[in-house]
Amino acid sequence: MPLLNTLARLWRFNGGLHLPGHKHESTARPIELARWPHELVLPLAQHLGAAAKPVVAIGQRVNKGELLAQPEGHVSAALHAPTSGSVAAIEPRPSAHPSGIPTPAIVLEADGRDAWTERLPAPIEDSLKLDPAYLRQRVREAGIVGLGGAAFPSAVKLDPRGAIRLLVLNAAECEPYISCDEMLMRERARAVVGGLLIMRRALGANDCIIGIEDSKPEAFAALSEALAQFGDDAEDVLLQQVPALYPSGGSKQLIRLLTGIEIPRSGHATDAGILCHNVGTAAAVHDAIVEGRPLISRIVTVTGAGVAAPRNFEALIGTPVDALVEQAGGYTDRAERLIIGGPMMGLAIPHGGVPVTKGMQCVLVASRAELAPPEPAMPCIRCGECVSVCPVDLLPQQLYWHARAREFDRAQALHLFDCIECGCCAAVCPSHLPLVQYYRYAKTEVRATERSQQAAEQARSRHQFRLMRLERDKEARAAKLRQRKETLAAEAAASGAPEDPKKAAIAAALARVQAKKAAQQAAAAGKADEPAD
Amino acid sequence: MRFAIATSPHVHTGTSVARVMRRVLYALVPGIAAMVWVFGPGVLVQLALASLAALASEALVLALRRKPLGLFLGDCSALVTAWLLALALPALAPWWLVVLGTGFAIVVAKHVYGGLGYNPFNPAMIGYAVLLISFPREMSTWTAPRELLAHTPGFAASLDLIFAGGAVPELDAVSSATPLDTLRTRLDLGYPLGETLAAPIFGVVGGTGWELATLAFLVGGLWLCAKRTADWRIPAGMLGALAVIATVFWLLDPARHAAPWFHLASGAAVYGAFFIATDPVSASTTPRGRLIYGAGVGLLTYVIRIWGGYPDGVAFAVLLMNIAAPTIDHYTPPRVFGARSKDGHD
Repeated sequence: MPLLNTLARLWRFNGGLHLPGHKHESTARPIELARWPHELVLPLAQHLGAAAKPVVAIGQRVNKGELLAQPEGHVSAALHAPTSGSVAAIEPRPSAHPSGIPTPAIVLEADGRDAWTERLPAPIEDSLKLDPAYLRQRVREAGIVGLGGAAFPSAVKLDPRGAIRLLVLNAAECEPYISCDEMLMRERARAVVGGLLIMRRALGANDCIIGIEDSKPEAFAALSEALAQFGDDAEDVLLQQVPALYPSGGSKQLIRLLTGIEIPRSGHATDAGILCHNVGTAAAVHDAIVEGRPLISRIVTVTGAGVAAPRNFEALIGTPVDALVEQAGGYTDRAERLIIGGPMMGLAIPHGGVPVTKGMQCVLVASRAELAPPEPAMPCIRCGECVSVCPVDLLPQQLYWHARAREFDRAQALHLFDCIECGCCAAVCPSHLPLVQYYRYAKTEVRATERSQQAAEQARSRHQFRLMRLERDKEARAAKLRQRKETLAAEAAASGAPEDPKKAAIAAALARVQAKKAAQQAAAAGKADEPAD
Repeated sequence: MRFAIATSPHVHTGTSVARVMRRVLYALVPGIAAMVWVFGPGVLVQLALASLAALASEALVLALRRKPLGLFLGDCSALVTAWLLALALPALAPWWLVVLGTGFAIVVAKHVYGGLGYNPFNPAMIGYAVLLISFPREMSTWTAPRELLAHTPGFAASLDLIFAGGAVPELDAVSSATPLDTLRTRLDLGYPLGETLAAPIFGVVGGTGWELATLAFLVGGLWLCAKRTADWRIPAGMLGALAVIATVFWLLDPARHAAPWFHLASGAAVYGAFFIATDPVSASTTPRGRLIYGAGVGLLTYVIRIWGGYPDGVAFAVLLMNIAAPTIDHYTPPRVFGARSKDGHD
């Protein structure tokens, strides 16, 4: 079906929330190169899937762009040295997680030379004629993951298992405060479009749509210009504005807006022949193929009233968050909460001593005024505001009742696991209930129960198998014995002997004894006759 | 630098229970103004009495239940119950009537069931039903609208009538049966509808004076829907169903059944549709469920008006549908995004 024919119009999803954008705070200045820190921390698991496996030893000197850790398995991503230096340690270090739990990381001590390795793959000029499999291989080697936050290994997503008919480039960036994608599009639109075309080639798809919120006119103009520059190469690429309505940047929501297609709730977009990639990922793919550069840096928005001079940085992976904030003028007196990501779905962390990772879009240092007031939670009055803003058409207040009452089966029946945790319901709740927190809790409990059920199921089936095995062995032994007896009996019957071999033996022995006796008697009789001769 | 952690979302649109409740109070203001104009300042006295009684009984129960007083008194929910009940009572009803009704609504209908958010029935309508059943005479002694009186009792006279009971003849002089009551009685006595409706108590579309109050409540109610504090589906369902069933019977037998616009403009139809049935705690919560719930209230209102024991049926209709609300919710979940069928299967 030629999809692009149906794309003249926009569709809509239910719910959603018009939120103050707060983008201008960080878009007033151009993207700035972040200073190299003295020490870079590179967590081995900063992507979805298996952690990368280090291929360097402690103390080893590495150059910029050199491989530090290789992917372990299919769904994993490589890790490269963001600058030249020496491997100081491979040990657990704090990462951007609310618990601050240290995770295994390679610690790189920068030498300040920032010298590139000579072993980079060759830059490719004419990338759009290359073999798709080779392109995917290069993307995998470059350690590219989804830069829109999910950090899913991109090479896996470029593998067109089902035929991909439509590639959607997610340029919506709907979450407030975050502007890294917008600034990327404004300053490097050519790389974005170039990357998109390479991805399309790798997927063997034809139609592309770039979905961008209508609140970003500069980025829209830059992309239009870049598309025009690509000319015929960018044929069948549609640049489409979507209304600024959170969460239009959710992949299922964006696909719905652009194509009218609802991805089935238990399925993936690929099942419908659609794939969604982020603009930042497209630019990274462009850099990896056209310049041969692995993913060693990304654009991070540092914003909020808690930083003196908000802006976007091109930061090396592994740069401490504190160092970025410092370069943005430092924390202000109003800094109240440190959030990785945006205000709707971001993660609050206890300190900025954690590194920039590939999936980190934004460092939001929020002031008290920017945050939800610490209102006490009131009882739910069932007003239904949460129902009207839910982009997935759930019944958040019912889910809340069941989660609170620990009726997780009821919550699941109301599609608990369809919740995307966008935060709309909690943001509009007049009773200030921490709804999303309840859903996370319920999901965790359900998963834990499922795991323990699985374990119990496994133990039971193991036990049953053991019982079955014992029984089987016993039966096998009995059968063997029976069979031996039968064989012997059959042999005996074949030799014509009486039924019992013992009796036969005795009879034979008796016969032998009698024969001997008879012979002796005969001899004695013969001797007695001789003298009579 | 160390930061406190919290879970997402980190922002809030700033709404609160108190704000929602205050909006309902604001939306009642046009209706109150019209009621005062039509029925005199006794309406204000009833509102004041109900407010005091509601706050006092709310404070008492909160103290007994060891709940934070400031938080729950400040949410204005008790005031909403008080106003909704007070506006449903005759303007010159004795003071103890409104105090008793409000007290019962707050203490029994609201707090015995767990307080804010937990009451299965609309507290104001429970209060109203208790009063209607216990004190039918006081509850049906409505002041006549100003158009039908030589002079509406002033503030002092109203206070006197409400607190001292006044002289009975004096009260009789200013009271009259409501239009719905009159219609019902006359139809029962076999008078033709046309002749009955020609009486001065009936106005253009509804009752004289009552029409104005209905219009004012409509204005406030529409504003409430526009602000999304009340879900439009409930009043749409209720007034729609009332209009449909009234039209059907009017077409079948116009000599004995009043026109649909009369039913919509009379009694508590509009007031109930926008302010009573929309109480979210006791109503249905799913989008489709709210339409069904509203329609049920509308149908039952008509049934009680025509065949029931009371001239108006909004209060009982709402209470009956309150019982049905959880069941309606159970059968009307919205279709989840990406699901093919309503029950969520793919």
